[in-house]
Amino acid sequence: MSALFQLEKLFVAYHGVDAVRGVSLSAPRGAIVSVIGANGAGKSTMLNAAMGILPARGQIIFDGAPIHGLSVEERFFKGIALVAEKRELFASLPVEDNLALGRFRFRREGRAAAHAALDEVYDLFPRLRERRRQLAGTLSGGERQMLAMGRALMGKPRLLMLDEPSLGLAPLIVREIFRIVVSLRERGVSILLVEQNARAALQISDYGYVLENGRVSLEGPSAALQEDARVAATYLGFGAHRGDDGDDDADGDDDAAT
Amino acid sequence: MDLSIFLILLQDGVINGAIYALLGLSLVLVFTVTRVIFIPQGEFVSFGALTLALLERGQTPATIWLLLALGVVSAVAQVWQGRRTLSARRVLAIAGTDLALPAAVAAVTMLLAPMKPPVAVQIALTLAIITPMGPYIYRMAFQPLAEASTLVLLIAAIGVHLALTGLGLVFFGAEGSRTEPFSSAMFEIGSLLVSGQSLWIMGVTAALVAALGAFFELTLTGKALRATAVNRLGARLVGIAPSMSSAIAFTLAGFIGALSGVLVSPLTTIYYDTGFLIGLKGFVAAIIAGLASYPIAGAAAILVGVVEALASFWASSFKEVIVFLIIIPVLLWRTWGAPVVEEDDH
Repeated sequence: MSALFQLEKLFVAYHGVDAVRGVSLSAPRGAIVSVIGANGAGKSTMLNAAMGILPARGQIIFDGAPIHGLSVEERFFKGIALVAEKRELFASLPVEDNLALGRFRFRREGRAAAHAALDEVYDLFPRLRERRRQLAGTLSGGERQMLAMGRALMGKPRLLMLDEPSLGLAPLIVREIFRIVVSLRERGVSILLVEQNARAALQISDYGYVLENGRVSLEGPSAALQEDARVAATYLGFGAHRGDDGDDDADGDDDAAT
Repeated sequence: MDLSIFLILLQDGVINGAIYALLGLSLVLVFTVTRVIFIPQGEFVSFGALTLALLERGQTPATIWLLLALGVVSAVAQVWQGRRTLSARRVLAIAGTDLALPAAVAAVTMLLAPMKPPVAVQIALTLAIITPMGPYIYRMAFQPLAEASTLVLLIAAIGVHLALTGLGLVFFGAEGSRTEPFSSAMFEIGSLLVSGQSLWIMGVTAALVAALGAFFELTLTGKALRATAVNRLGARLVGIAPSMSSAIAFTLAGFIGALSGVLVSPLTTIYYDTGFLIGLKGFVAAIIAGLASYPIAGAAAILVGVVEALASFWASSFKEVIVFLIIIPVLLWRTWGAPVVEEDDH
């Protein structure tokens, strides 16, 4: 498996501080790669730089070509989609319009293709079909996450970057979302998953990175990381540090770009 | 004041209000999509009115040279900004919209103007000359500042306004013009005389409002503009470039401005700088709507028109003062009440 997406020695300054300091990371085709780390470790900053929202130094390579100079939209046209931590929905538009706008790049392909794409997303998230006429701003947290993912999928991305999809959601909904993430891998979408919920992320991913203070402190196959004593202690809630970082879903994640 | 005078004033107010409504809607549109408070909106009104007046006299309006110049500047600005990522197809598209289109419009105008074509053709030419100036001015003055604060964009807008007013003096001279009404018919409704021209204004305004409504509710491009307005980052994440939405918003603004000029020119004498005052009244309506709500802007514009008509009857020398005073209670209410428009993100 060759890498679809690579970061090489990425540095990102955010609010005048280097929030990401020399991160190198690789996402193979058809795999789920997770990046775990505590609040403020630089995870969201890294994703926002990868999408072009924040300026960065270092190499960003997609499908063998550097994409460093491309705008957010141009990266999206290449096949990279970001589901941002704040979901960034169109609150005053109905669910179905949000989804339709996700296909804006294919707007010349006609009605039939648009309907087929909508149906595909509705099959993946039946809840969105029920809510299709409702304004996006009135959805529950889980539905908003589903809509953000569905909207990203409407653009047929090859790499889907998910920023804290479990943030603020009930455990049952988190399980459903992660089940869908796994099903996306089966459809050939490569996934870069950034999560504080390390246990859930490592369970579904193939490979994992641990981010600490803007640096990769540990990486390896997810199964191996789950066994690692340090990861278990710090992020999975076993051992001495239980509850200090891992599942603490505080919303004040200040490494998120707004 | 008896009822018949009141009705005449009301009619006057509503007709002027319809024009202000068009401009107010345009200002709300441009601000929500691009964060630009489009002060030069009024210049499009004078340019539209005066271009039509020149065509009516069988003269070739000098605005075609401005159109060509703006097209060239816009093309250069776009090629320069995209110099690293530009594809050949994109360069061709830019050449088409910014060079070939204005050249064609200018050629047709030079050909037809001396022949004094029918009014409909004159109006079509006027709209074709003035409308593209909207997106060209965006590419030239505002796109390079896309990441700047609202205040910087406002200062740029004032700069564009001053430049266009000066150019207006160059092109049209200090004298005012008035065009022939589209219709000289008069209708009697009870004691009220209604001119055909005022029916034209009401009809065109209603049709344009309906068309804008359909554009925003029914078309994907219209929804993309709304998406940019409600969540700029969200729009970028699905590949809706703010520069595309902004160019469309400025095209609509150019069209609405030029059309307002065409509609208003038979009602009153338009000078090179009259548009600013007309635009400012649309701006009062847009401010009452918090630069956010289309229906409130439309209703407020009618109110501005009626207040202006009544003020010109009772205290004609204070007419403008009274109209602009409306803004003060609204600003106080917006300051102390709940803020409607969020300052942009940083």
